[in-house]
Amino acid sequence: MIEIIDLHKNFGKNEVLKGIDLTIDSKGVFAILGPNGSGKTTLIKSILGMVLPTSGEIKINGSSIKKNWEYRKSIDYLPQIANFPANLRVKELFKMIKDLRKCPDYDETPYVKRLGLEPHLDKRLSNLSGGTKQKVNLTLTFLFDSPFIILDEPTTGLDPAALIILREMIQEEKDKGKIILVTSHIMNFVEEISDEIVFLLEGKVYFRGSGDDLKEETNQPSLEMAIANLLKETEYA
Amino acid sequence: MLKILKYSFFDLIRSRWSYVYLIFYFLLSVVLLFLNPSLSKAILTLMNVIILLVPLIGTIFGVMYYYNSKEFTELLLALPIKRSSIFLGQFFGVAISLSLSLILGLGIPFIIYGIFNSTAILEFSLLILLGTFLSFIFSGISYYIALSNENRIKGFGFAILVWLFMAVIYDGIFLIALNMFSDYPLDKFALIASLSNPIDLSRVMMLLKLDISALLGYTGALFKNFFGSNMGSIIAFCILVIWTVFPILALKIKSAKKDF
Repeated sequence: MIEIIDLHKNFGKNEVLKGIDLTIDSKGVFAILGPNGSGKTTLIKSILGMVLPTSGEIKINGSSIKKNWEYRKSIDYLPQIANFPANLRVKELFKMIKDLRKCPDYDETPYVKRLGLEPHLDKRLSNLSGGTKQKVNLTLTFLFDSPFIILDEPTTGLDPAALIILREMIQEEKDKGKIILVTSHIMNFVEEISDEIVFLLEGKVYFRGSGDDLKEETNQPSLEMAIANLLKETEYA
Repeated sequence: MLKILKYSFFDLIRSRWSYVYLIFYFLLSVVLLFLNPSLSKAILTLMNVIILLVPLIGTIFGVMYYYNSKEFTELLLALPIKRSSIFLGQFFGVAISLSLSLILGLGIPFIIYGIFNSTAILEFSLLILLGTFLSFIFSGISYYIALSNENRIKGFGFAILVWLFMAVIYDGIFLIALNMFSDYPLDKFALIASLSNPIDLSRVMMLLKLDISALLGYTGALFKNFFGSNMGSIIAFCILVIWTVFPILALKIKSAKKDF
């Protein structure tokens, strides 16, 4: 369970989060949407403890995350831009992250096979293409089987085949009863995988509900149109 | 923290620059030993190079390592690891690999030359010890500066400025002050001023050990009195330790408050 209570965050004079209240207590895939600069990444980084909130509280499974780091054992995070130490090989990176998370027994081989990473295992990370790096990143995210998964723009750089595998992987994790947070600008992807949509606007939760609710509310045939409509509306309001 | 230290250290010793740095010291020592018939003269020349170069390289490595590993640091921050462990681990990785380059680069030629059988062993050990202190102090300061400045150019510029101040400008101001107030008794001022800059402090300690304090004139005699006593040496080392610990503490506090 994730509870966010009246979360504010200022970067200097710039108010990014202006009082977010959000409780996620059921399993499923939650899409966090919003225009550029609406605070999606800041919200996610606050949950991970990378950004320290100005005020407000975040609780994971009932206990506050402030000055706590062990709660991160229950979160798998896929960052937006993945940059790894250039001197490392893919195999060594897997070993290192497993070592750092203190779970050396997890086996990445099924994910490596599935995403077609075998030929790259001995390559240095600096020589990988953007899409391959993202696959490495995905493997690292799904490997540890934690109850919470946070994916920031998981589709970046993936080819259509990998995209299908990503969808399957998210579906499998969902079936295991996990809570998955996703941000994406690809609406088809969001529509297909998400159970609920949280729409952020100017640092607040503007809408929360299912995709169908959103379509109904805005009178639009597709989620893409509904979101575009929502953005247009707020721009002129 | 030890795990992060281990990975940072191995990442660094695999990089080209560590070897360049090591080979530079190696060649420098070989050339100096070859040209100088006396060991203490070689050590003196080496000291003049080290006292400026070690802080400069420490500064550059500290800043560069922070900015280069920034994205990876963000990856680590999302893992169940304590924040201070990440930054302290990385800092010690940088400082230890720099010190190791220095120790090996200077140590191997001198050992081959036969330092263990000579009377200059104490002077040489002090040189290595001071070089290690300076590596820690300056990589710590610059790592802290990099952590405080998001902008790379600003961070780099500021770190170099600190080095320039400590290595050059400080001495300039010091000399001008000595000159301007030469009518007053300045020995205490001179002593305190040299104690409060780690580069000056290292230089004075080394010069006194090499027994050429006569070059320093009257103040030199005072310095010899101070540093020659047990108390003086202990105070000097305490100040070096404070200079080492201070950036590490600042680093710890800063990293706990920063957003990524």
